Amino acid sequence: MSYELKLAAPLAAFFGLFFILPLLILLYVSLQADTAMTSMAVSQFTRFLFDPFSLSVLAHTLFLGVEVTALCLILGFPLAWAYVRGPAWAQPILIVVVLLPLLTSVVVRTFAWIVILGRQGIVNSALLSLGLTDTPLRLLYTEGGVVVALAQVQMPLMVLPLITALSRIDRNLDDASAALGAGAWRGFWRVTVPLSLPGILAGCMLTYAAAITAFITQSLVGGGQMLFMPMYIYQQATALQNWPFAAAISIVFLAAVLAVVSVFNVLGRLSKAHAEA
Amino acid sequence: MHRQEGLEALGFRIVMWGLAALSFVLLLAPSLVVVVVSFTSGYSLKFPPPGYSFRWYVSLLDAWQLQFAAGNSLEIAAATTALSVLLGVPAALAIARSPTARARALDSLFMSPLVLPALSFGLASLMFFSLIGLPVSPLTLVIGHVVVCVPYVMRTTIASVAQLEFSLLESSASLGASRWYTFRRITLPLIRPGILAGAFIAFMSSFDNVPVSLFLRDARTDMLPIRMWQDLEGKLDVSIAAVSGVMIVVTLSLMILMERVAGLSRRLR
Repeated sequence: MSYELKLAAPLAAFFGLFFILPLLILLYVSLQADTAMTSMAVSQFTRFLFDPFSLSVLAHTLFLGVEVTALCLILGFPLAWAYVRGPAWAQPILIVVVLLPLLTSVVVRTFAWIVILGRQGIVNSALLSLGLTDTPLRLLYTEGGVVVALAQVQMPLMVLPLITALSRIDRNLDDASAALGAGAWRGFWRVTVPLSLPGILAGCMLTYAAAITAFITQSLVGGGQMLFMPMYIYQQATALQNWPFAAAISIVFLAAVLAVVSVFNVLGRLSKAHAEA
Repeated sequence: MHRQEGLEALGFRIVMWGLAALSFVLLLAPSLVVVVVSFTSGYSLKFPPPGYSFRWYVSLLDAWQLQFAAGNSLEIAAATTALSVLLGVPAALAIARSPTARARALDSLFMSPLVLPALSFGLASLMFFSLIGLPVSPLTLVIGHVVVCVPYVMRTTIASVAQLEFSLLESSASLGASRWYTFRRITLPLIRPGILAGAFIAFMSSFDNVPVSLFLRDARTDMLPIRMWQDLEGKLDVSIAAVSGVMIVVTLSLMILMERVAGLSRRLR
């Protein structure tokens, strides 16, 4: 017994009208020659692709995602590992600590980093009182600040799929690997990591997609000095009212995200087949 | 040889637990810092604060702009959640156990707002509504929010439908119960925790939405996260710390409540 597919019709119609159609209109606007929107051309895209500034914003944004994802993986994997291997009483505490940032407003989380990284913030007061520096360091509005703040903001997206993947691994495999003489590190790299690959890939995809589109954190921690794709789109669309160019940047950004997501999806399917084999 | 193995295992443990402890602190510290700084008696975000007081919480009682934006955000989030459940639950029932290619395609479509840049979609919606001549209003906001929030309802509902014992429904049908009666008395109670968890996440994510609201709101429909963002861009106002403190405490309480009634954490993985 199952339900008919027609129960999905209302939502499908809603998505057709309010999701797919707007995206098609975005594509249409991006193909306008100028802001008068009277003739069609690919000039907006050629303008983007031959403009070193636009290309550097795109490259900078995509690279930011790589940095954030790498940091999330390095810190998130041990946390998920500790959740699965640690004592049972610690699990509810850990899950609250992982979920709270996920559900707290992103503006609040970003605001926290402004407090932490500011000139009078906790990092600078610690450095000053330890005598490690005489003048407060500039930590806000730096790329390092953006990476750390984004990593914290997006970490739950990495940790949750990793917990799922690690809980599925048979603990006996660890014992077997140890009994066969493999050391802790060898067992980790040869058994635990390969078997949790589907979770690693799912976590990386979610973190990456979230990090490069994180408008609020990028703009507040990065400040006016650093321009990333979301703010670039917003500026072109609202401050400059250049809809065709804003639409073209959006399409390029959508395509870039879609490409990254598809690569992760393909890798995920391969790794799942591998882990189950 | 044995000692070497022991050392290696010890090194492994130190590295893993050390990194786990570091990320634990990294996840927890920002919320704690905000709560502490919100009780400052001073005029700056200095940490540690020079003294403690409730003054910034008291100042919220007069902050009508923030109150207005918070009221709007709550209304929009409530309407978004209601519509997301109404549209999402039937769709989840339809595609949860259907193996057909069409159901898989619909599933991917409904989930795609989770990974696509919401800011691009926000801009696309603005262009769409201005093309069909619909000015931005609470209605356009709710429509935009539903698109990006409905995946959360779908995901948790699909997971709970997938765990349903379909033999229960069959025996109910064979005992002569109508489909609607079976749905109301058996299916719905069993999948209710999944729907609740999804509705909760949809509500929180609508309340927190920036990329869609950015394009679909105007002065009459100011939204709390955008108001806070604009305040922070301008000056570092300490009352934002008090708002954040309130939001953290409310989020934490709701989260614990939802964990009790809907087993939230199990449904997020």
